[in-house]
Amino acid sequence: MKIVLTRDVLDADTLTSAVQKPENGGVVTFLGVTRNHNEGRKVLYLEYEAYEEMAQQELQRVAEEASRRWPGIDIAIGHRLGRLEIGEVSLIIATGAPHRKEAFAACAFAVDHIKETVPIWKREVFAGGQVWIGSEEHAEAQSPAT
Amino acid sequence: MVQRVSAIIPGMKVRIRFFAIARERADRSEVLLDVPANASVGQALDVVGLQFPKLPAILRRSMIAVNREYVERDHRLQDNDEIAIIPPVSGGAP
Repeated sequence: MKIVLTRDVLDADTLTSAVQKPENGGVVTFLGVTRNHNEGRKVLYLEYEAYEEMAQQELQRVAEEASRRWPGIDIAIGHRLGRLEIGEVSLIIATGAPHRKEAFAACAFAVDHIKETVPIWKREVFAGGQVWIGSEEHAEAQSPAT
Repeated sequence: MVQRVSAIIPGMKVRIRFFAIARERADRSEVLLDVPANASVGQALDVVGLQFPKLPAILRRSMIAVNREYVERDHRLQDNDEIAIIPPVSGGAP
């Protein structure tokens, strides 16, 4: 189990290698990539902020929960912080399991659950403004007419 | 003979940490707060809300962690606790 929280560029090979073992016939690597559009807005770049000490711990817990649900899997999670340009990787989750089904399932589980409890926030800077995704002002940005 | 009241009820100091939109609305990343002994998280947040008028709406929608563990509003605080205001999280994958 490997957890990385960093302001540096994430390296998919390093995280994938961490779960690539002789007993694992299936290895899945998911990349979350900064997208150039969101809800009709042209995105310029993103900024990620974390409560770092707790985020590290909560990422670890997501990995532990995945390992509890799919015993025997290997999992590595990397999350980037700070300013990310379009096309840069913000999240990497690599899972390894004897068979592909478990590797896919555990990877999808971890991707979904990171959004629930891990104290990391994303600020989207778009043409004409900025918004903390998930916040009240986010709702306002989605419906400027109201 | 006049009896002196020596038993001053001791208060507590807690550290409040703000992140993301809460940090921007409070215009700082943390603050030290005096709260009554045995105060709850909810009571401490009431004090924070009075001190930072732009925060109450955010506080209502935030999760709270004390010493890095999520807690409910009725959780009782202890001296030197670290209380984190955690607005809706949005990390992870797009």
